[in-house]
Amino acid sequence: MTPLLTTKGLSRNFGGLRAVDSVDFTLMPGEIRAVIGPNGAGKTTFVSLVSGRIRPSSGAILFDGADITGLPAYVRVRQGIAYTFQITSVFANLSAYDNVALPVQRTLSDGRSKGAVRAGVMSALERTGLAGRAHMPAGQLSYGHQRLLEVAMGLALKPRLLILDEPTQGLADSEIDNFVELVRDIAKSATVLLIEHNMPVVMHLADRITVFNAGRILAEGAPEAIRNDAAVQDAYLGTAP
Amino acid sequence: MSEASPAKAYALHLGAIALLFVLSFLLPEYYHGVLARIMVLAVFAMGYNMLFGYVGLLSLGHAMFFGAGLYGAGLAVIQLGWSVPAAFGAGLGCGAVLSLIIGLLALRTTGVAFMIVTMMFAQVFYLAILYFAAWTGGDQGMVVPQPARVLSFGATSLDLTNPTVRYICALSLFSLVLLITLAIVRSRYGRVLVAIRENEERTKMLGYDTFSNKLAAVVVSGTICAASGAAYALLFGYVGSSFASVQYSILPLLWVLLGGAATTLGPLIGTLFMYYVIDVTSGYTSAYLLIVGIALILLVLFFPKGILGSIRQRWLGWLP
Repeated sequence: MTPLLTTKGLSRNFGGLRAVDSVDFTLMPGEIRAVIGPNGAGKTTFVSLVSGRIRPSSGAILFDGADITGLPAYVRVRQGIAYTFQITSVFANLSAYDNVALPVQRTLSDGRSKGAVRAGVMSALERTGLAGRAHMPAGQLSYGHQRLLEVAMGLALKPRLLILDEPTQGLADSEIDNFVELVRDIAKSATVLLIEHNMPVVMHLADRITVFNAGRILAEGAPEAIRNDAAVQDAYLGTAP
Repeated sequence: MSEASPAKAYALHLGAIALLFVLSFLLPEYYHGVLARIMVLAVFAMGYNMLFGYVGLLSLGHAMFFGAGLYGAGLAVIQLGWSVPAAFGAGLGCGAVLSLIIGLLALRTTGVAFMIVTMMFAQVFYLAILYFAAWTGGDQGMVVPQPARVLSFGATSLDLTNPTVRYICALSLFSLVLLITLAIVRSRYGRVLVAIRENEERTKMLGYDTFSNKLAAVVVSGTICAASGAAYALLFGYVGSSFASVQYSILPLLWVLLGGAATTLGPLIGTLFMYYVIDVTSGYTSAYLLIVGIALILLVLFFPKGILGSIRQRWLGWLP
């Protein structure tokens, strides 16, 4: 089977700092993969390289077997790589409806009919439980709902690879449970790459875990194996409960 | 936004057009002429608003697009002896081509740099008009001769120097552009433009090629401004370099700010308001620009979203 995503020797320098240091990474279709690591380990830089928000200093990125290293971000989105932001960046002055309509209207290939946009928007809002708030300005939604809206926008892109950058950050415990269910649901139709600090969520959701430290992959494996890995405990888990 | 009350929005705009039509029969001659001029300049403001209000790109060079239409149409009539419709088309074409070129170059920058780059291009355009005085008349400008300003359809012909004809022509152009703007801002494309204004990075990450979308907006905006310039040359018969000067790059910005950026009717209200503030105050004092300045400062302080923008914010959320 062709991996959905492969990176070969992927690196990015910021001045003298090697934020991502020759990373070889493989992600199979249908996986839920969690990326963990201490702050500053290069997790967000890594997924930004994958999504095309920043350019690599060297190395290559392959999506479904094809080299996408030189493609601008918007083309990668069209090929099926959706990125949801770490810091919520919904369009605060637009309604929740319009926020989701933007990705929906672009993915419609047949698309001139108003009904198709409406149906697509409402289905994404219903999956995330926001249908009742469709006409509220996004900036007036609670923080948890803004995070969900962010996911709804990602869903509406009908991605093959959905990158979630710390999706549960700032959510209440009750909201986190719903979120885990939502990600499971999404994973039925898309591969999920998840950056997450909340260890129970990671252990619950991930098929495999990749641990970053100082810009390199420190370890990779099933949740149990990672939990028992001495090097990982040293670098990261030692402080976690 | 675009889902709410389309009927109300269209009713309001058609009502505004009907009101302007009725005014054509009621207004005394002086105001009749003034309003025709304001409608043509409001088209200029609407073109500016397209880019500034909806996409959030602040250009300080839109006089060159107005000038492209003005000189494109004026030179076609005066130097080439073209008919009125052909000359109008020439004006539109000049505006479209110029805005495409300027867009390709200026959109490589953002923010303050975009303002400076557009302003510099507009200055180049202005100086070129003065330099090629043999054709353009330089700072004297040119008068479009009265016999050339006739619109012929077969046997019937309309004299554009006739005040009523002129008013109806101005109103037709204004109405057409108003309805086009309304359709654009309510369309999916309009939603993308607003998204770019609100957060361009995020819009890219939804799979939009923001550069192409912005470029299209510059061309639409520039062409509308050129339509205004071409109509000005043909309806009022004067083609002058002052219309391409920096003052005419700032004026549409002021009109739009006054009326309300990103509102469809704001440009008309802003143009109208500014014209009458100048008209009334200059009747009392030669220092009228001082009063205009104070009025502008007060407006920005108390109605930072402009007249219509404040009304929308406080009372009528459905206004497009």
